[in-house]
Amino acid sequence: MSLTELLDLLGHDFMQRALLAALLTGLAAPAIGTFLVQRRLALLGDGIGHVAVTGVALGLLTGTSPTWTAVVVAILGAVLIEVIREQGHTNGDVALALLFYGGLAGGVLITGLAGEGAASLQVYLFGSVTSISATEVWYTAGLAVVVLTLTLGLLPQLFAVASDPEFARVAGLRVRFYNLLVAVLAAVSVTVAMRTVGLLLVSALMVVPVATSQQLARSFRATLLAAMVLGGLAAVGGLVVSAWLSARATVAPGPSIVLLALAMFAATWPVGVWLRRRRRLAEPFPIVAVDAPDSPDAHGVAGHDERAHDHRHDHEHGDDCGHPAVRHGDHVDYVHDGHRHAPHGEHYDEH
Amino acid sequence: MLNTAGAPVVEARDVTVAIGGRPVLRGNDLVVREGEFVALMGANGSGKSTLVRALTGLRPLTQGSVLLFGTPLHDFRARHRIGYVPQRGTATGGVPASVREVVASGRLTRRGLLRPTSRADRAAIADALEVVGLGDKAGDGISTLSGGQQQRVLIARALAGEPDLFFLDEPTAGVDLPNQQALADALRTLSGRGATVVLVAHELGPLEPLVDRAVVMRDGRIAYDGTPLSHEDVHGHHHPVDARHDHVPHVGSPFDTLAHDHREGDR
Repeated sequence: MSLTELLDLLGHDFMQRALLAALLTGLAAPAIGTFLVQRRLALLGDGIGHVAVTGVALGLLTGTSPTWTAVVVAILGAVLIEVIREQGHTNGDVALALLFYGGLAGGVLITGLAGEGAASLQVYLFGSVTSISATEVWYTAGLAVVVLTLTLGLLPQLFAVASDPEFARVAGLRVRFYNLLVAVLAAVSVTVAMRTVGLLLVSALMVVPVATSQQLARSFRATLLAAMVLGGLAAVGGLVVSAWLSARATVAPGPSIVLLALAMFAATWPVGVWLRRRRRLAEPFPIVAVDAPDSPDAHGVAGHDERAHDHRHDHEHGDDCGHPAVRHGDHVDYVHDGHRHAPHGEHYDEH
Repeated sequence: MLNTAGAPVVEARDVTVAIGGRPVLRGNDLVVREGEFVALMGANGSGKSTLVRALTGLRPLTQGSVLLFGTPLHDFRARHRIGYVPQRGTATGGVPASVREVVASGRLTRRGLLRPTSRADRAAIADALEVVGLGDKAGDGISTLSGGQQQRVLIARALAGEPDLFFLDEPTAGVDLPNQQALADALRTLSGRGATVVLVAHELGPLEPLVDRAVVMRDGRIAYDGTPLSHEDVHGHHHPVDARHDHVPHVGSPFDTLAHDHREGDR
């Protein structure tokens, strides 16, 4: 497809609706996903997505809007997962697994009862651009705004509860309420994302942008905001890619959105590894106390080795010698090939 | 100093806690007065952590009552007056968080919903980091800090709400000596400001000079309550006699028995 044809396609009403829905989805899903990753519940979105399949099937069976039946069933499923997890009768992951399989099996069974084939379910499982009506875009926009307002507005509270529930309880926060709120918001964003990414891949949009942004970010807020940006880019970009490919083959938008998000992760991962390595190298060395006789490598005063160094040095260590300069008490060590060199007159001491 | 004049801050009466039907605390009374520095001590499983968790409301009581600042625990709403430092290992989650963010969550007891941080909030957060000596680490990721520094961040988090009463659960466990010293310095500052401190500790180490009163737990009951004991008193053998006691009946001359009497008479 040529560029003009693509622009022509993007100019269509249904495509613009789909782009708006994708952008809102891409912003909302990672926002709530950050809290799930923080609580080490990265697969919760996947579990809710599977449960929502049953909701869609109920919509198909009863002839009501599958979006709303999916919202209701997904919220019920999310609350159920949260309750099972909190009561601790079953492991959190086992509870998730039970709902995964129950939801998917129930969905396929009920779709069969409704006399619909797998094709009608496919639209919800992997997303479909053309299936989005104007009213559904407004629903999607409304739900996405609710999710974003609550997650960003209650960010300090949700962060406190997600990172240390016991401390939050002593601080007087209603931990159970906030946990249920996160579960319900996750369910809402799953159904918001259903039309673009599809239920089986929605969790990727909640988790992969977070995994990408935490390669680079150092704070929770930065991680969340960067994940939203990345999610929005992936959703819109993936949709355009799938529209571009649609001339040659039928490509659902879900897979292209997810693969684009994964490509972003693959691109930032080496940067993250490099950043972490650099940060570790630049960490100041501790000053070893003089009276540490049982430390096996404490030779001489303060772990200091006066032996002149036997490497041949072809340069002076300095600001631009390429070796990391690391603070060590009152002087600077240079990390050289796994050694710590401290300049001392004509030679370098091993520290 | 044992402060008998100050107003009671914590009043626990007949505190009994059962976990899974098994009694872990049995009928404990404890009154902590304003400005006291109390160390809860005892062996693993003696119930000292459970007692602190019962006092903060994390463990429901099966019997008895707890009053904080004169208010029953379930009616206690002035949460900004207490600061809780849980056992370490809870500071990091799945997403990176900066030291400042973790400390700021301790300020939530004084912040309304949907309000941005005020100047007073930021000042309290900065002050809390200064007290624990981590003022220069505010922007660092919490997971890049050492265990001892993470423990100090958790203390700063409790401090950020400017509470009057601190509960600390084993703040020195697994923390190296320089960090224990930094912890002790932070707690000395707090205590100097008039805060009441209740801390659980297995060993006091550098905290020893700060402690006014030691409460020793054994098997779910308070076994000792008074001025701090030396290490030997707590962990040493209670029977100072090292006489061997044979399980076989002692057969010997009557004079032999007499020779043993002065040693075994105390048993």
